[in-house]
Amino acid sequence: MTDATISRRHFLKVSAAAGGAFCLELAFPVAGRAQSAASAGAEVTAWVLIQADDQVIIRIARSEMGQGSQTGLAMLVAEELECDWSRVRTEFASVAENLRRDRVWGSMSTGGSQSIRQSQEYLRRAGATAREMLVGAAARGWGVPAGECRVAKGTITHAPTGRATTYGKVAAAAAGLTPPKDVRLKEPGEWSLIGKASVQRFDLRDKILGLPVYAIDVELPGMLHAALMQCPVFGGKVKSVDKSAALALRGVKQVVELPDAVAVVADNWWRANKALGALRIEWDTGADAKVDSAAIMAFLRTGVAQADLPVARKDGDVDAAFAQAAKTVEAEYFTPFLNHATMEPQTCTAWFHDDRLEVWAPTQNGEATAAAAAESGGVPLARVEVHKMQLGGGFGRRGATQDWARYAVRIASHVRGTPVKMLWSREEDMQHGFYRPASLVKMKAAVDAAGRMTAFHTRISCPSIIARIAPERLSGSLDLQACGSFHDAPYAMPNQRVEYAMRNPHVPVGFWRSVYHSQNPYFRECFIDEVAQAAGKDPLEFRRALLAGQRARRDLAILESVAKAAGWGSPLPAGAFRGIAVADGYGSYAAGVIELSVNAKSEISLHRVIVGVDSGYVVNSDAAKAQIEGCVIYALTAAMYGENTIKDGRVVESNFHDYRMLLLRDTPKIVTVLAPTGGFWGGMGEPPMTPIAPALVNAIAAATGKRIRSLPLRNHGFALATSV
Amino acid sequence: MVTLNINGKAQQVDVEPDMPLLWVLRDVLNLKGAKFSCGIGLCGACTVHVDGEAVRSCTVPVSAVAGKAIATIESIAPAGRLDPVQQAWLDAEVPQCGYCQPGMIMAVTALLKRKPEPTDAEIDAAITNICRCSTYARVRPAIHAAARAMKSVKA
Repeated sequence: MTDATISRRHFLKVSAAAGGAFCLELAFPVAGRAQSAASAGAEVTAWVLIQADDQVIIRIARSEMGQGSQTGLAMLVAEELECDWSRVRTEFASVAENLRRDRVWGSMSTGGSQSIRQSQEYLRRAGATAREMLVGAAARGWGVPAGECRVAKGTITHAPTGRATTYGKVAAAAAGLTPPKDVRLKEPGEWSLIGKASVQRFDLRDKILGLPVYAIDVELPGMLHAALMQCPVFGGKVKSVDKSAALALRGVKQVVELPDAVAVVADNWWRANKALGALRIEWDTGADAKVDSAAIMAFLRTGVAQADLPVARKDGDVDAAFAQAAKTVEAEYFTPFLNHATMEPQTCTAWFHDDRLEVWAPTQNGEATAAAAAESGGVPLARVEVHKMQLGGGFGRRGATQDWARYAVRIASHVRGTPVKMLWSREEDMQHGFYRPASLVKMKAAVDAAGRMTAFHTRISCPSIIARIAPERLSGSLDLQACGSFHDAPYAMPNQRVEYAMRNPHVPVGFWRSVYHSQNPYFRECFIDEVAQAAGKDPLEFRRALLAGQRARRDLAILESVAKAAGWGSPLPAGAFRGIAVADGYGSYAAGVIELSVNAKSEISLHRVIVGVDSGYVVNSDAAKAQIEGCVIYALTAAMYGENTIKDGRVVESNFHDYRMLLLRDTPKIVTVLAPTGGFWGGMGEPPMTPIAPALVNAIAAATGKRIRSLPLRNHGFALATSV
Repeated sequence: MVTLNINGKAQQVDVEPDMPLLWVLRDVLNLKGAKFSCGIGLCGACTVHVDGEAVRSCTVPVSAVAGKAIATIESIAPAGRLDPVQQAWLDAEVPQCGYCQPGMIMAVTALLKRKPEPTDAEIDAAITNICRCSTYARVRPAIHAAARAMKSVKA
C-alpha cells in the first residue's frame, strides 16, 4: 500500500466519522458508473484502482456532460493498461482529494474541447505506469525477470515457466511498488482501443433508464428548496423587500435577501417559486436600466470607428495594398448575444454543517466550484467538499463563472444545518446568463487585377469575456481570444491587419460553445465568399488558392475532403444550392458544405449538411460523430433563431417560445466526415460548430443572391420550411 | 389529499390541487426521472403517460389526474428489462447529456402505442421534445428501429 493510499483511506475514515462525504454518498443512490463515492480496491496509481475480482476502476477528472469523455478518457488509460475493457468502470476523482493530494489528477476543467487533448499524454502514461507495476509485482512474486512476462486483457503470463495470474491478484502488491520513472508509450500503429473499436459509452444505459442523478435530482434528508429572483437589470440591487405575503404561503420557510437577489426557501420548489411571485421587491436598477440593444449596437459601432485600435495582427502593409487594388470589398457583420439554454436550468445544492460546506454541483470545473463555494461561504477551502453531479448540458455555462454555486451557497448560509437545493426557473436562467458576446465586425479586402485577394483588414468590436471573468489574465485592451479566426487566419495573403475594440456593455458575457469561434468564422467565411464573388471565382477555388502555405495544409486537407464528400461542383437538383466554409480552432480543423433550397416565401429547405473534422487522432469515433451531429444543430439553431435582445437593461426573451430551438422535424441529413490525419490531438466538442453558420449563409447567398450580414436569419424573414 | 395511481401503485399526497404533476412526482414522491426544464409545456423534458397518452407534466395540475393511470420512465423497464424503445436508443447510442431523454422516450413509447409504424411526418408531428445536445439525428432512426422490433415481437 502506498502512502497516498493510506492517507486517502485515513481521510475517508475521518470524514465518515464526521458524518461527512462518505455517509452522504450512501444516503442517496448515485446511479451511473461514474460516481464520486470512493471505491474500494488497490490504488495502483492515482488513476487506476483494481479490485480482487479484476474489476478495474479508472478515475476521471473531467466532467461528463454528454460529450462522452468519461468513456474516452478511460479508453486512453486502458489502451496502455492492457486490461479487459469489459471489466472497466469509472468514477469521478474527488475534488477535495485533488486539492489535498497536490492535484494528482491535474486540471478538472471541462471546456475548450480540451478533455482528451490536454490530458491524453498523462492518462496514457498513467495506464502504462500501472501496467508496469502490475507486471513487476507478478514477476517479483514468481522470481522471474519482468521482461519475460507478457500481458493481455488483464492476465499476466510467464511463458518459460507456464505461469499466469491476473491484475486483481497482484494489484495490492503492485500498489506498494515504486512507480517507474519512464514508461514507453505505444506508437499509434499499436493501438487496439484508441480510434479502433467504437466503444459504447458508460453513461448510456443509465440515461435511457432515467437513472442518472443530475444536480437537480439531489435529495438529502431534511432538504429544503430555494427559488431565486435576481435583479432583472444586470448589476442592479435590492432596495427593499416586503416578505409578508410570501411568508404566509404554504410550505414557505424563509425569505433570504441578498444584495442583488431574493430567494424563497420552502419545502418544495414549486411552492418556493410560486412564493417569489408574492414578494414585493423594489429594485435599485442602477445606471444601466435604460440600456437596450440599439444602444449596445451604437456602442459597438464606436469600436469599429475608433481611430487607433490595438493591433492583433500586422502582416505587410494593408493601406499600400488597398491603394494599388483593382477592386476593394467592404462589409460589416453582426451577431447577437446568445444564452446557453442548458436543458437543466442552473441549480446547485449546498449544506453547511459541522464547520464544513458540502456542495452538489452540475459543474464543468469541480475545483472552480470548490473555490467559489469557499469564498462565498466563508469556509476554508480544505473544509469544502464538492460532489460532481451529472450535468444536464454545459456548453460553457457551468465552468468559469460559478455564479449559480455562489448563489446556492449564499442562500444555504442563511439556513445553516439544513441542505438547500437552489433551482432557477427557465425564465431566470434565460435572463441571467453569461451570454455569447454580441459582435460587430468590419472587414475590407483588396483584390488585384488577376482576382487575387492581396489584403485583408478586420476591425472587431465586441465584449471581452476574459475582461469579464478573469481580468487579471488580460494585459491592456487587446483580447486575442476575441480575434480568433482572424489573427490566426490560415489564409496566405501578404497584407493582413486585425484590430480589436474592447466594448464591454453591462450584459455579462461568457464562454458559449465554441466561444468567439461561434461568430468569427461566420464573419470571415461569408466575407471571403463575398470577395470570391467580386473576384469572379468559385468559392472553393478561391479558398484553395489562399490555403497554399504550410500553415494552411490541414485546413486545405479537410476542406478538400468535405468538398469531395459533398460533390462540390457537381450538378444539383433544380433550385438547390451549396455553401462552403472552413475554419480551425481548439486544435482541430473543420469544414462544411450545406445544400439547401429557398422558396419565394424565404422558407429554407435543408437538404444535406456535410461536415468534416480533422482532430489528428480520434479516440471514440461514435462519440466524435455524436459531437459533430450535436454541433450542427446547435450552430443551425443559433443561425436561424438565436438572439437575446436587451430592453430596459434586461434580457427580453424568457423561454423556448421566444428563444427557439430546432426540433427533430428540422434536422437535416448530416454526413459526417471524420478525417483524422494523425500526429496531433485536437478537440471535438466545439470545432464542428465553426463552419456551419457560414456554410448556411453562403448557401443562402448562392440561392437568393442575398448576403445576410447579421444573424439570426429569422430577422431577415427566413424560416425553416419544416417549422413554418 | 389527492389519490394518484402512479406506476400501478396508489399514492396519497397532501398537496394543493393546482400543484403540477411534475413537482408532485419529483419533490413529493421522489420520482426524479421526469425532468424540469421550461415549466410551460414547450420542451417535453417532463413527459409522462396519463392513461397511455404522453402528457407534459409540468403544466398538468395534480387534481386533473387523480385516479388516472400515470406512468413514468421508472416503470417502463421492469427489473431492468429494456423496453424496445430503450433498446433502440441504446443501439443507436442516442443520449448525450441525457437530461431530455426520459421525456423523449416517454413521448416515443406513447406514439408507438398509438401508431405502431409511424411515418416520418407522424414522427415529426408527435415528437416535438427539445434536446439541446441535439441528438435528433439519431432519434428518427431509433424510432423506426423500435417500431420494427415491436412488430417482429408481435409477428
